[in-house]
Amino acid sequence: MASTNTVPEVTAEDLRRSLSRVDPARKRTDVIMRVVVYIAFALAMAPLISLVWSVLVRGVGRLDTYFLLNSMRNVFGGMDAGGAYHAIVGTLVITGWAALISVPIGLMVAIYLVEYGTGRLAKAVTFLVDVMTGIPSIVAGLFAFALFYLLIGPQKAGIIGSVALALLMTPVVIRSSEEMLRLVPNELREASYALGVPKWLTTIKVVLRTAVAGLTTGVMLAIARVIGETAPLIITVGMTNSINNDVFRENMMTLPVYVWQQFGLGLVPCREGATDCIATINFDRAWAAALTLILIVMLLNLVARGVSRWFAPKVRG
Amino acid sequence: MSQRIETKDLNIYYGSFRAVADVTMSIEPRSVTALIGPSGCGKSTFLRTLNRMHEVIPGGRVEGTVAIDGVDLYGPDVDPVAVRRQVGMVFQRPNPFPTMSIAENVLAGVRLNNRRISKSDAADLVERSLRGANLWKEVKDRLDRPGSGLSGGQQQRLCIARAIAVEPQVLLMDEPCSALDPISTLAIEDLIADLKSRYTIIIVTHNMQQAARVSDRTGFFNLEEAGEPGRLVEIDDTSTIFSAPREQATEDYISGRFG
Repeated sequence: MASTNTVPEVTAEDLRRSLSRVDPARKRTDVIMRVVVYIAFALAMAPLISLVWSVLVRGVGRLDTYFLLNSMRNVFGGMDAGGAYHAIVGTLVITGWAALISVPIGLMVAIYLVEYGTGRLAKAVTFLVDVMTGIPSIVAGLFAFALFYLLIGPQKAGIIGSVALALLMTPVVIRSSEEMLRLVPNELREASYALGVPKWLTTIKVVLRTAVAGLTTGVMLAIARVIGETAPLIITVGMTNSINNDVFRENMMTLPVYVWQQFGLGLVPCREGATDCIATINFDRAWAAALTLILIVMLLNLVARGVSRWFAPKVRG
Repeated sequence: MSQRIETKDLNIYYGSFRAVADVTMSIEPRSVTALIGPSGCGKSTFLRTLNRMHEVIPGGRVEGTVAIDGVDLYGPDVDPVAVRRQVGMVFQRPNPFPTMSIAENVLAGVRLNNRRISKSDAADLVERSLRGANLWKEVKDRLDRPGSGLSGGQQQRLCIARAIAVEPQVLLMDEPCSALDPISTLAIEDLIADLKSRYTIIIVTHNMQQAARVSDRTGFFNLEEAGEPGRLVEIDDTSTIFSAPREQATEDYISGRFG
């Protein structure tokens, strides 16, 4: 052979040694990093598990259909009565209105940023969205209160709270929707254009349709972000012990405010030997309401997952 | 009826960069025209100007005229959406809509445009288009399954079925076989030969044997160097281009002595 191979001869023995030799320093780093990652994971999980556990243990005793279906009307002292129905209704209605306001606006802004926006205006909008993300919730509450004070005078109503919550939700919806829309491959848009479909129909029927699973998840995250807000609701919606289904009039109760109120009432000074008086009733109600709130968020997440799965692109036949 | 396409002094830009310069060519109805040339010479860019898809890219603009049967596609009162209904396109990578079934993909041009179509008409259109794309036999029992579950070659034929379901005059194909294996490629080439009797077809390809096999006429694009715009070097009958081209550059390119 006229080979001009100048590579030094490698015996099978050399090769085996070089392949099986483990660099001790690298192995040590590997073990250390592995341990660090596991510890970090445990540290992150511990508070979560502890939180869920304590809410579950303290809340589950009081959480029954009576609690879910009755309000606090005519309940006082250490009575073994009272529920969170009025607060559940308030939370659902107010958050629902907040979503109704912020989802269309957020989605349209995201569509503008991804499909239409170019140049300075798009950059300015992105910047403003970033600023909005950082608004403290109490400021959003004060803003909504001030806005409605100018329009209708000093009043409290569920819708004012919805506006405050929508203010907090919108940037979250914009950000997550924007990311989801950017994930839609450009090829699908081009395929649609090439069939003679106008841009607006392409956006609605191809882009939004393809991204709908991710958009739902984003909206649910935004709802979860605001459903536990307390401060803006105390300012704008106040509280009540009765059921109020009308978001446009009068005070409403919401779950976070209910928790805060019940906790604030503290221990009931029961008479010695009184059998119809539970000293810790307010705390029990607060914990049960907190558990209810967690369950509602979980339920919404499950619904969102169902929706996502139903609409997700199916890859395999 | 298929019509003649004529371009005159066509200059194509990305922003201020001129990507393709001074293309003047004439394409006969119901023929297959292949466009060949090295990467980056502007064949695909040129192809996309024929159905006004170029301007979808930010900064994309065109000077000169592209006329179908004498009507300038870039005239002031021409709607690009209407142009694209007359001039269909098949892309390099198969891109069926992932949220739609096979049948819905074929009907996409109708449904996405919110046009109403009766169930029986829809079924007819699906069958006719899938037969036209040589895919009917393979998928007729699973029309309601997702289009993205098909093989690459089947997906590409589904995209062709989707394009011809709109009943265009002209079909543009941008390297339709470059992501496919030889057997799927053969299926698509057979299909092109069939479609020629009804549509004017323009195909961009990197595969010179493919150009020689499927096309009646071949155009060669080249660019002098990177940063310069691509130009149409020559266009002639495919047999002439591959046996006795007029230009030395063409000869060099097709014989592999390029660069």
